[in-house]
Amino acid sequence: MFLLKLLFRNAFRHRVRTLLTILGITVAILAFGLLQTVVSAWYAGVNASSSTRLVTRNAVSLVFSLPIAYQERIRRIEGVSSVSYANWFGGVYITEKNFFPNFAVDAKSYLDLYPEFVLPPDEKRAFQLDRKGCVIGKKLAERFGWKRGDSIPLKGTIFPGNWEFVVRGIYSGVDTSTDESQFFFHWDYLNETLRKTIARRADQTGVYIIGLKNPQAASEVSLAVDATFKNSLAETLTETEKAFQLSFVSMTEAIVVAIRIVSFVVIIIIMVVVANTMAMTARERIGEYAIFKAMGFQAHHIAGMVFGESLFITAAGGGIGILLTFPVARTFGEVMGNFFPVFQVDRSTLYMDLVFCLIVGIIAGIFPTWRAIRIKVADGLRRIG
Amino acid sequence: MIMPASGEQQIMVAVNAVSKAYRRGNQPIPVLEGISFQIARGEFLALMGPSGSGKSTLLNLIAGIDTVDSGSIVIDGVDIATLDESELARWRASNVGFIFQFYNLIPVLNAFENVELPLLLTTLSRRERRQHVEAALDVVSLSDRREHYPSQLSGGQQQRVAIARAIVTDPAILVADEPTGDLDRVSAGEILELMGRLNAEQGKTIIMVTHDPRAAEKAHIIRQLDKGLLNDVPA
Repeated sequence: MFLLKLLFRNAFRHRVRTLLTILGITVAILAFGLLQTVVSAWYAGVNASSSTRLVTRNAVSLVFSLPIAYQERIRRIEGVSSVSYANWFGGVYITEKNFFPNFAVDAKSYLDLYPEFVLPPDEKRAFQLDRKGCVIGKKLAERFGWKRGDSIPLKGTIFPGNWEFVVRGIYSGVDTSTDESQFFFHWDYLNETLRKTIARRADQTGVYIIGLKNPQAASEVSLAVDATFKNSLAETLTETEKAFQLSFVSMTEAIVVAIRIVSFVVIIIIMVVVANTMAMTARERIGEYAIFKAMGFQAHHIAGMVFGESLFITAAGGGIGILLTFPVARTFGEVMGNFFPVFQVDRSTLYMDLVFCLIVGIIAGIFPTWRAIRIKVADGLRRIG
Repeated sequence: MIMPASGEQQIMVAVNAVSKAYRRGNQPIPVLEGISFQIARGEFLALMGPSGSGKSTLLNLIAGIDTVDSGSIVIDGVDIATLDESELARWRASNVGFIFQFYNLIPVLNAFENVELPLLLTTLSRRERRQHVEAALDVVSLSDRREHYPSQLSGGQQQRVAIARAIVTDPAILVADEPTGDLDRVSAGEILELMGRLNAEQGKTIIMVTHDPRAAEKAHIIRQLDKGLLNDVPA
């Protein structure tokens, strides 16, 4: 208790210096937490993916579609419990700034494959019965103030024209990692329009989503699906939903790597700052350490004082930084909601914050401790006066 | 009153053929050369001599905060030259009280806490520690300043707190390096008076390094160090 009191008072002997160091650590931990959360947000789709679903796309590229006739052939493959399909629509609400993901889906089967989208049964029925109906996420509804029954116009980019939809349901996520910013409408509505306008693009879909009877059989089912369509005009590539999502992230991997590197550089910089503070502290107190040693205090006592102070300063800065990460991340998530539909501080980020605080505190204390315990009492006493 | 060392008195400190040199680069600078003397239990010894004569070095060797190059120092039957660093630290904690020229109190601790510091190395309970500290502060007449920080005390008061810290563990030896060197005449007189009382009433063996002949007068024996050699001066 006494040593803790001494440690606390020592830490604030140079208040401005200590407070500035704590502020530096706070900012560093906050920056690290936010950057790691950006990385997590990048992987949100991957983390939210289900092991019970496979995604089948055109083997050449996602840009090319697959015939709708594949659905029944996929359904007959051993291990498949259900099949649905979806098409990236890429519609724009008024201007491009209002971006949100929108898909044409098979209204009968799509939502059954995604239990993470929680929709009241009456709204689901209303959606399935209305060919122009759409289901939107809660966050998207809040963003534009849309309610059930509202008419939403989207301007087609991949599929030209003005498209009208009526909100029939608003889903919420089963947990905070579910993307609540998506927009789903009937693939039939899209297909019927295409038949009239661009017939060669009709009866096609972007991807098939396959429900598995047994997640352990993912590999066998994938191979079976792709074998079924081998040497056809549209060969398929089937992979787990996670692998499918990762293929998107890998396109921007350089950015993710850069963000990760910057976040670690921030920690290294603050480590140097704290080490400098502790080195100054130890240099100023060499005489005092000599007095402690003269009185009979030993190396481990002195090491405890220096390391304790270093850890106290990093814990104070780190603690404040961690506490601030939550409100700052919430604000950041609200502002950047268009780009990061799921922006939440992961538990792993908090663990990393704590581990880095500990590492910074220990490494910053090593040199000053070594110096303090190495000093000979007589030499240290000569420096006083 | 404790009398000067004599053949019948118990030897507290025996310095035997002690030599010590410092190195400046590759050049050894001898400070002490074959010093031998004894101090009886309950003695008050003043070590005098010009600057650089080796008196502080000799004090540091006796106090166990520096090591001899050759020879031995036996204190109360323990040859401290044979102790390793950890054993020496434990020995200092229970046998030596330090009084420094610049008091060397810890500025972030108040008078009570400064005096309590050496007791943290003992197995005493918190209540027992408090009793010891109160007794030590009482001896130096500073019980009413226990909550004061060093910056709130005069030089003389700080030195009294330092003396309380030196005696709180009830060590057999007090070593004082220029204890009045930073004090005005009145405060210096009070400190010397206090040290004299500790010697006379509590039987502490005191070894004091000083330049001040008036301070040395309080000692029973004055030894003069000059160029690493020791001479007796009658007190």
